[in-house]
Amino acid sequence: MTEQLLKIRGLKIEGKSDEVWIPIVNGIDLDLKKGEVLGLIGESGAGKSTVGLAAMGFTRDGCRISGGSVDFDGVDLVTASAAVKRNMLGKRIAYVAQSAAASFNPAHRLIDQHTEAPTQHKLRVKAESELDGMELYRRLRLPDPDYIGFRYPHQVSGGQLQRAMTAMAMSCRPDFIIFDEPTTALDVTTQIEVLAAIRDIVEQLDTAAIYITHDLAVVAQMADRIKVLLRGDEVEEAETRAMLSAPREDYTKSLWAVRSFQRPAKPAISAGATPIVSLKNVSAAYGKSPVLFDVAFDIHAGRTVAVVGESGSGKSTTARCITGLLPPSQGYIEFNGEVLPLDYRKRSKDQLRQVQMIYQMADTALNPRSSIGDIIGRPVQFYSGLTGSAKRKRVEELLAQIELEPGQYIDRLPSELSGGQKQRIGIARALAAEPQFVICDEVTSALDQLVAEGILKLLSQLQDDLGLSYMFITHDLATVRAISDDVVVMKDGRVVEQGLKAEMFQPPHHPYTDLLLSSVPEMDPDWLTNLLNGRGVDNIGDAAVGKM
Amino acid sequence: MSWLLNLILILIATAVVAWVFRFLGQKFTHNKPFFRDMPFAVAFGYVAGLLVLIAAVSYYFRPVEVNGVPSAGVIFFRWAVQGFIGFAIAAYLFRLFGRAVGTAGTRKLFRAMPLTAAFGVLVILLYAIVSIFAGSIAPYGQEEIFANANIVPGGNPMMGGDPNFPLGTDQIGRDIYSRLIYGAQNTVGIAFATTCLAFFVGGSLGFLAAIVGGWLDQILSRAVDVLMAIPALIFALLLMTIASVWSNQLGVDRTIFMVLIIAMIDSTRVYRLSRAVGQNIVVMDYIEAAKLRGEGMGYLIFKEILPNATAPLLAEFGLRFCFVFLTIASLSFLGVGIQPPLADWGTMVKDLSQFINFAAFAPNVATAPLLAAGAIALLTVAVNFVVDWMLHKSSGLKD
Repeated sequence: MTEQLLKIRGLKIEGKSDEVWIPIVNGIDLDLKKGEVLGLIGESGAGKSTVGLAAMGFTRDGCRISGGSVDFDGVDLVTASAAVKRNMLGKRIAYVAQSAAASFNPAHRLIDQHTEAPTQHKLRVKAESELDGMELYRRLRLPDPDYIGFRYPHQVSGGQLQRAMTAMAMSCRPDFIIFDEPTTALDVTTQIEVLAAIRDIVEQLDTAAIYITHDLAVVAQMADRIKVLLRGDEVEEAETRAMLSAPREDYTKSLWAVRSFQRPAKPAISAGATPIVSLKNVSAAYGKSPVLFDVAFDIHAGRTVAVVGESGSGKSTTARCITGLLPPSQGYIEFNGEVLPLDYRKRSKDQLRQVQMIYQMADTALNPRSSIGDIIGRPVQFYSGLTGSAKRKRVEELLAQIELEPGQYIDRLPSELSGGQKQRIGIARALAAEPQFVICDEVTSALDQLVAEGILKLLSQLQDDLGLSYMFITHDLATVRAISDDVVVMKDGRVVEQGLKAEMFQPPHHPYTDLLLSSVPEMDPDWLTNLLNGRGVDNIGDAAVGKM
Repeated sequence: MSWLLNLILILIATAVVAWVFRFLGQKFTHNKPFFRDMPFAVAFGYVAGLLVLIAAVSYYFRPVEVNGVPSAGVIFFRWAVQGFIGFAIAAYLFRLFGRAVGTAGTRKLFRAMPLTAAFGVLVILLYAIVSIFAGSIAPYGQEEIFANANIVPGGNPMMGGDPNFPLGTDQIGRDIYSRLIYGAQNTVGIAFATTCLAFFVGGSLGFLAAIVGGWLDQILSRAVDVLMAIPALIFALLLMTIASVWSNQLGVDRTIFMVLIIAMIDSTRVYRLSRAVGQNIVVMDYIEAAKLRGEGMGYLIFKEILPNATAPLLAEFGLRFCFVFLTIASLSFLGVGIQPPLADWGTMVKDLSQFINFAAFAPNVATAPLLAAGAIALLTVAVNFVVDWMLHKSSGLKD
């Protein structure tokens, strides 16, 4: 019964860069039996997605398969003709992309896109496959399964869209599906719904799958076996449980150890101390629609306050109020006991200097046409008036502080740096202003875990050295656990709960905090099953809402 | 209806040959992916392309004269093909030259340059040199009038030419070759100045609207909408009529009015583009970071936005230059542009246009107005090639 479905041997893929072919994947072997789920993990650039696509005999533009074979049920997809592949793809092999929102055609209804593959492959007529689509929507626990298909992609939420995409991949009952980071862009609470739905339907329909992700805890829930990739090479492969309990290679161990970073607890806040930043009942609105209601919390000197919540909860809006980009409609903000002007344009240069931001996407936060020296040098010159060699010396100091070799990086452009290095430059730019308070807006969520850990350690080190205070916006509770001293939980523009970290991770919680905490995937492969049993399996989405 | 029947027969024959071509290709290459995955339409395209090539070559080698009557079509086609091949070779050599000489940066630029772009750069360079050194290159002055009017181009006395005037003279006896060279200076120079002005005005206002937004954006954008709603050429004609009155009253050269008017009309298009590009850039976090630092408007526009908008703006500059250039030529052709006796390509086409009717039996005579028209066309094509290349490069950089 466990017959071989996919057999990849010595797969080599090259990508073209500046007219030269550079190897991306150097000889990977991969086996998949019917109904088996293989987890493919690694950092970005490890070649996970490239291998995933190659399993369909497909490469991105500018890439080519330079060697090896991809044997799917007796057909070598590398050498197969376009006609053979066309008959195979969609029907027997399906693909679920990371961003469902970008992968659906916004001009057509969900069900019309759903029925396209079965009618094209002449498996079912349109009416029949519409009914089948509704059945799949029901199985994937989408709300209102009989009618949701007649909506357009923008009319359903991100999590629902991701499930609709899974349903679409299932429409021809393929033998094999490739999931390319299907939950990476989702909130933890939404992620659970999608994970459970995918796992159930893969089990029910006995589909084989490759599950690509960089999140170990997620892959632990989904996969029977795990394969670890590093820069186009296989590191190791084992059964999920064996891999989790006893990883063999050092690299795998380091991946596993990432989540263990935790900075030592700081002494409690002395009573009566003036907080460095204090939000006094701040409400704010975008135009006429209110987004923040009575938000009030304090950030004390030398401490890190983590603001957590799902997207749309008002975390970033709070940051925009503090920086003055969005003047609050009610309430005000105190800095060291002084009231800050609401609009940033009315603040003095020194007040602007004291509050700095580090952004989530280092790509958009650094001017791509400015050299690193200019990016960091500008605030140095702007605030302290240093020019010429004094400025350059200060920039070099800052680069050394963020652990980058000054001579090597000062003249580079942001595009010549890796994601983690760019984020470090973002930190250096904030430090260049010599602030007391730094807002970190999801600074690690776009990074690989190993790199993110490096950034967290750096931020923690800088806090010890310079006595900075951080407001750390994140939706990742592992990050909260690692770096924060105090926690503020937000939902729908309100502060739901706040307190010391130690208290927040101990019950009793506010029900929403509880939901948030329990939704963070853990490395235990039974975690999802246990959680679902605990919450009631029928409809976790409803269960989540019911708990509110 | 026989031509329709012929066409259908040719299409059917092409389709059959295409099918055979693909089938034989598959047989002889043992199903190489190139032939195996070739759609029928692609095979059809190959065969049809080959047919067109054969037709072109056979037309090229048809006799130039039949019973003493020159066949103008063949002559012009030969010139076109020779010009095309000549320029291709020149562009290729130019690219080779660029790859071998210069700094590492320019060499790299030339290595990645397609032949079309090399052609464009070469032509633009030629025009630039000609217009800058017009005074020393041209054998006669642009206003110099000679006794012999309407000398036929070619310099062959047997056919009404004169070796002293290789491209002939116009209807009042001015040397066409010299006027072409001076025309480069006048037309291209004025077009360049106009485009620069349009970009300065439109670009800064567009970026300003993008950064400030709100009512300023509304006022500027609606004003631009109103200006753009009026057909450009008619609007320009209208304004030029008013300007001609003013220029007499104020004693200002009418050309300056023309530059201002065309710059204003074209700056609306530049405004739209720079506002759209600017709006995409101002939402970036680095702009927010600069704003929060307390930076002023000038720094935001010139240090943060402009460097990131260079690629689309440069591409637009090339296109806009062509349009401005054509507008000036059109206005001159209509008689309200660059004023005689200054040499201008548009005016030259207008003055000699009646000779185009001679094309059928005296190709040499008809060449006179076509030279100026050709000069306009060549520059427009060249600029577009360079713009295409820049667009391609800038879109590639984003990846």
